[in-house]
Amino acid sequence: MRKIILLAMMGLLLAPMTAIAAWPTVPEIDGLELELDVHNKASLQRGARLFHNYCLSCHSAQYMRYRRMAEDLGLPEDVVSESLMFTTDNIHETMQVAMPAEDAEQWFGQAPPDLSLVARSHGPRWLYAFLHGYYEDEERPVGMNNLVVSNTSMPHVLVGLQGVQRAVYEEVDGEQRFAGFEQVSEGSMSPREYDRAVTDLVNYLTYVSEPARLQRERIGLWVLIFLVLFTMLAYMLKQEYWKDVH
Amino acid sequence: MSGNAQGGLLGWIDERFPLTRMWNEHVAEYYAPKNFNFWYFFGSLALLVLVNQIVTGIFLTMHYKPSAEEAFGSVEYIMRDVDWGWLIRYMHSTGASAFFVVIYLHMFRAMLYGSYQRPRELIWILGMLIYLVLMAEAFMGYVLPWGQMSYWGAQVIISLFGAIPFFGDELVTWIRGDYVIGDATLNRFFALHVIALPLVLLALVVAHILALHEVGSNNPDGVDIKQHKDKDGKPLDGIPFHPYYTVKDIFGVGVFLFLCALVIFFAPEMGGLFLEYPNFERADPLATPDHIAPVWYFTPFYAILRAVPNDLAGVVLMFAAVLVLFFLPWLDRSPVRSIRYRGWMYKTALTLFVISFVVLGYLGTQPAGGLYTTLAQVGTLIYFGFFLLMPLYTSWDKTKPVPDRVTG
Repeated sequence: MRKIILLAMMGLLLAPMTAIAAWPTVPEIDGLELELDVHNKASLQRGARLFHNYCLSCHSAQYMRYRRMAEDLGLPEDVVSESLMFTTDNIHETMQVAMPAEDAEQWFGQAPPDLSLVARSHGPRWLYAFLHGYYEDEERPVGMNNLVVSNTSMPHVLVGLQGVQRAVYEEVDGEQRFAGFEQVSEGSMSPREYDRAVTDLVNYLTYVSEPARLQRERIGLWVLIFLVLFTMLAYMLKQEYWKDVH
Repeated sequence: MSGNAQGGLLGWIDERFPLTRMWNEHVAEYYAPKNFNFWYFFGSLALLVLVNQIVTGIFLTMHYKPSAEEAFGSVEYIMRDVDWGWLIRYMHSTGASAFFVVIYLHMFRAMLYGSYQRPRELIWILGMLIYLVLMAEAFMGYVLPWGQMSYWGAQVIISLFGAIPFFGDELVTWIRGDYVIGDATLNRFFALHVIALPLVLLALVVAHILALHEVGSNNPDGVDIKQHKDKDGKPLDGIPFHPYYTVKDIFGVGVFLFLCALVIFFAPEMGGLFLEYPNFERADPLATPDHIAPVWYFTPFYAILRAVPNDLAGVVLMFAAVLVLFFLPWLDRSPVRSIRYRGWMYKTALTLFVISFVVLGYLGTQPAGGLYTTLAQVGTLIYFGFFLLMPLYTSWDKTKPVPDRVTG
C-alpha cells in the first residue's frame, strides 16, 4: 500500500508534464522534420541574413537589439551596420520596421505582427510548417494560400526561393484530405536547400525569442556540477553528524 | 537565558533582546523526533522558496512597470537588457511552481501521518490560511506579465464572482476597478502581489512555526515523544533541531536546488506548464485564445468548477473544495495519527483521493467536454467523498496498536 501511495505521489509530480498547454497544432506535412540548434552560430548567421532581407521590412522584432545580435552571433559591428541594418544607423537600437502600422493595415488588412517572441508563443515547428505551407490558390487575392494559417494575408515572400507548389488532396471516406505538395515551378533553391534555409531562419527566430538561452544553457551546466558537489558534501556532513543518533 | 551573564557583543544584546533564548527555543534546543523521513523535508524547503520569491521579487520590481501599456515590454526588457534579469525572472517563475509542489507534498505529509490531529489543529488551520493566501498571491502574480493567458485567465477567474446572486456583477466591477480588465486591475494586483499579500503570508508563516514549536513536531509514527523524557527533561526520542536537522535539511536543499536548476536553466517553460506559451503574446482584449487553462497548480479546482453544469453551483463547489480542507482535524475520527497504524479503509480512501486530485489536475489543463467532463464529475465525487465520509470510515476502520516509542 505504501508503494501505491508513493507511486501515486510520483504521479502527482509527473502528471503535469504529460499535460501540455500546447503550442498550436501543426498539420502533418510529409518529410518535414525540424532539427534546431541555437548554439550553431553559422546557422544563426545564415538565418539572420534571411530574416533581415526578407522579413524585417514588414515584421519588426521590437525587443531585439542589433548589438546583442552582433555580439551573440559573433559578427563585427560594422558588418551588421552595413549589411543587416536598414532602418537605423544606431546599433544599440531595437529592430523596428520602416512601414507605418496604418499603411500596413491598409495594404494587408492587418499590421504584420511583431516577431520577437513568435518562436516561443507558436513554437518553432509551427513556423517551419508555415513557411513550407504556401500553395497555389486562384481564389486568394495574391494567388496563394497556406496550409497552416488558412487564408493568411501574408504573401509568400520566399516564393522566389521555394518556387510554387500545389496542394494535392485525396478522398478518404468521402472527405477531402490533404495528401501532400507537388512542385509546380522551380525556385532558385532545391527543396533540400530550401529546407535548410527555413531551418536557419527558424533557428534564428528561436534565438531572437530568447537570446538569454545561449547564456542560460552554457551556465546551467556549471550550476548543475556545482550543485552535485555541494549536495555530496552536504550528505557527507549529515552522515558525520548523524553517526551518534541511534 | 541561563542567567550567567555573558560578555562580549552577544552578552550585551542578550541583556536587551532575547537573542540567545530565541535561538535555543526554536533551533538549538528545539527537540524534534529523530525519525523524520523523506516527507519532512518540505517544511524547510517551503521556507527556502518563500525567501527566494521575496528576494527575486524585489529585484523584479526594480525593472517591472505595472501598467497595461508597459508591463509586457518591461518583462521582455528584464529578459534581455537587465543583467541576469532572465535568471531572476526564471527563478521567480520556477519558484512559484516549486512553491506549490512543495506545499502540496507538505500537506500530503500531514494527511499521511495525521499531523493535523489534536493538539495540532491550529498549525493545520494556519497552514491552510497560508495556502489560501498563496493561491491569491500566485494568481495575481500571473497577471502581471500581461500576456494573453494573464489577461484571459484573470478574465475567467474574476468573472466567477459574477455567479454570486444579487451583488455578483457589482463585486466583479469592484475587484477589477473598471468595467473591463485593464490598467486599474493590473495596478491593484501589483500592489496586492508585492506588498499586501506577502506581508500577510510572512505573518502567517511566523504564526505557523510558533504554533508548531509550542506543541512540538509530529512524526511518521504519530507517537508523542514528550511521553518519554530523560532525567534532564529532554525527550528520549528527540534530537536538537540544530545541528541534526539543519545539516539534514541542507542536504535536502541541495537535491531540491538541483531539480530547480534543471528547470531554470534547461526548461524554464516546463513544456508550457510553468510558463504557458500563449503568455509570450501580449494581452489582447479582442482576441480570445482557443483554450484558456490556468497554471497547473489550480487545475484540480478548475476541473471541479467545470464539472458542474450550473455556474453558481460550480463556483460554490470549487471554493468548497479548498475550504473543506480546513475541517480535516474534526472530520478525522481515527484514534491513531499515522497511516502506519491505520486500517485498509483510510489507506484506500487516501489513495483514491490522491488519484482523483491528480486526474482532476490533468483534466483541468484539457478542453472540457464528453468523456473528460464525466471523468471530472467522478473525480469531484471522490474528492468530496474523501472528506465528507471521513467521520464514518475513520471510526469504522480497524487500527493497529501504536508503539510506545518511535520505531525509526
